[in-house]
Amino acid sequence: MTDAMSIKWFWFASPQTFYPLAGWVARASGILAALLAAAGLYVGFFVAPTDATQGEAYRIIFIHVPAAWMSMFLYVVMAFWAAIGLAFNTRLSGMMARALAPTGALFTFLALWTGSLWGRPTWGAWWVWDARLTSELILLFLYLGFMALQAAIDDPRRGDRAGAVLAIVGVVNIPIIYYSVQWWNTLHQGASVSLTRSPTMAAQMVAGMLLMALAFWMYSIAVSLARVRRIIEERGEAGT
Amino acid sequence: MFSIARCLVMRDLLLAWRRKGDVGTALLFFVIVASLFPLGVGAEPNLLRAIAPGVIWVAALLSSMLSLSRLFAADHADGTLEQMLLGAAPLGVVVAAKAAAHWLVAGLPLVAIAPLIALQYDVSPALYPVLALSLLLGTPVLSLVGAVGAALTLGLRGGGVLLALLVLPLDVPILVMGAGSVEVAAAGLSPAGQLLLLGAALVVAATFTPWAIAAALRISIE
Amino acid sequence: MSQFFAMGGYAVYVWGAYGVTAACLALEVFFVLKRKRETKA
Repeated sequence: MTDAMSIKWFWFASPQTFYPLAGWVARASGILAALLAAAGLYVGFFVAPTDATQGEAYRIIFIHVPAAWMSMFLYVVMAFWAAIGLAFNTRLSGMMARALAPTGALFTFLALWTGSLWGRPTWGAWWVWDARLTSELILLFLYLGFMALQAAIDDPRRGDRAGAVLAIVGVVNIPIIYYSVQWWNTLHQGASVSLTRSPTMAAQMVAGMLLMALAFWMYSIAVSLARVRRIIEERGEAGT
Repeated sequence: MFSIARCLVMRDLLLAWRRKGDVGTALLFFVIVASLFPLGVGAEPNLLRAIAPGVIWVAALLSSMLSLSRLFAADHADGTLEQMLLGAAPLGVVVAAKAAAHWLVAGLPLVAIAPLIALQYDVSPALYPVLALSLLLGTPVLSLVGAVGAALTLGLRGGGVLLALLVLPLDVPILVMGAGSVEVAAAGLSPAGQLLLLGAALVVAATFTPWAIAAALRISIE
Repeated sequence: MSQFFAMGGYAVYVWGAYGVTAACLALEVFFVLKRKRETKA
């Protein structure tokens, strides 16, 4: 009979214990990511029908939306581990947050890049101050700020903890930023463009997007676990 | 607790008074930045009237950013900051007092100068109260959120620019609400919504940022 | 096949998006693994 008190909550909180676990989870996730991506791309290119209004250009959605989802999800996960690290003073949590940031920033950039390439043929402009793209741009600044702050601090522990405070302040702000930008967007008319699909999307399109989202998620797990292993090694905590 | 806060605010005001130049340069920066835009975009009155709220607000953001890096640096250099951390006064009260003093010196004057800038941009005088009120509500938030950045970047190389990089994205909602309130009023609608949101932001910031600032200071000092 | 690559005339946009995405993800993996080699060295 196990209850909450008998679970070894901090079993894997030691970098040394976590290191091998991270290794094989990263490899497994990487393989899963490849399989899911193959499935998702197949559905996206060969199963989902051509869009009536946007033609083939809409197929960018299969990487644009999953990338945007990952960019937001990874920031929340990053802030979660940052908060755990501050609350329980666990070293590994701070390392995990540090490991997640570059991947999150990359997906944010990709969301913006693919969004721009989608916007050009469909709305005629490389960049539109669409509420979501603008919020995504600010999210990129938040990621880059986090990484810049940690890069500027030499002491790893101070860097972890300073980044943690910043990440928590940031994650609280993200909904506020999003809603304020959305309000700003509706105030300034002429921004009625939106890169979202209508709610009645064909099931195959939804399937393709979900598969790619899962693929990106598995990829993120693989890369960030590999990166946290590097950080553990660099701090000399990998053990023998 | 209030006597501690008042004492700290008076101390910071006195220190700022002794270095009036520092305060003056930030305000001068505000005026210069606002004067650059017409030189850049042309002096067409309708255009300037339309961009005025945004320009004034962006200039206010940048100007308040200038003096933030000094917020804790001077006290850190002579050891006063460690004393504050070790002292009996709750650190949250201490940092809130420092942020309040920063606002009195760097934010409140902007509220007074902004109508002059608005005059330059040929903004209708009926909008001056909205502009002033939006700045009155928004600049304290800029000081509070900026203090978080100042505490995090204390003593770091590239401090001032890094601080701006960290804080400006977080200031975006205030900018949007503040400039938006004036624009909405200019369109003949009521700015009450935006102003109330600014007030709410101020309350939330005043409640939660002292924790973040104190936590950041402890991380930066120890 | 050529119809697939042409993407209804939107080839530049679609392949520009997918291509950069693939390249960035591959680069990220490369840099993380490269970091490993440096540490082990």
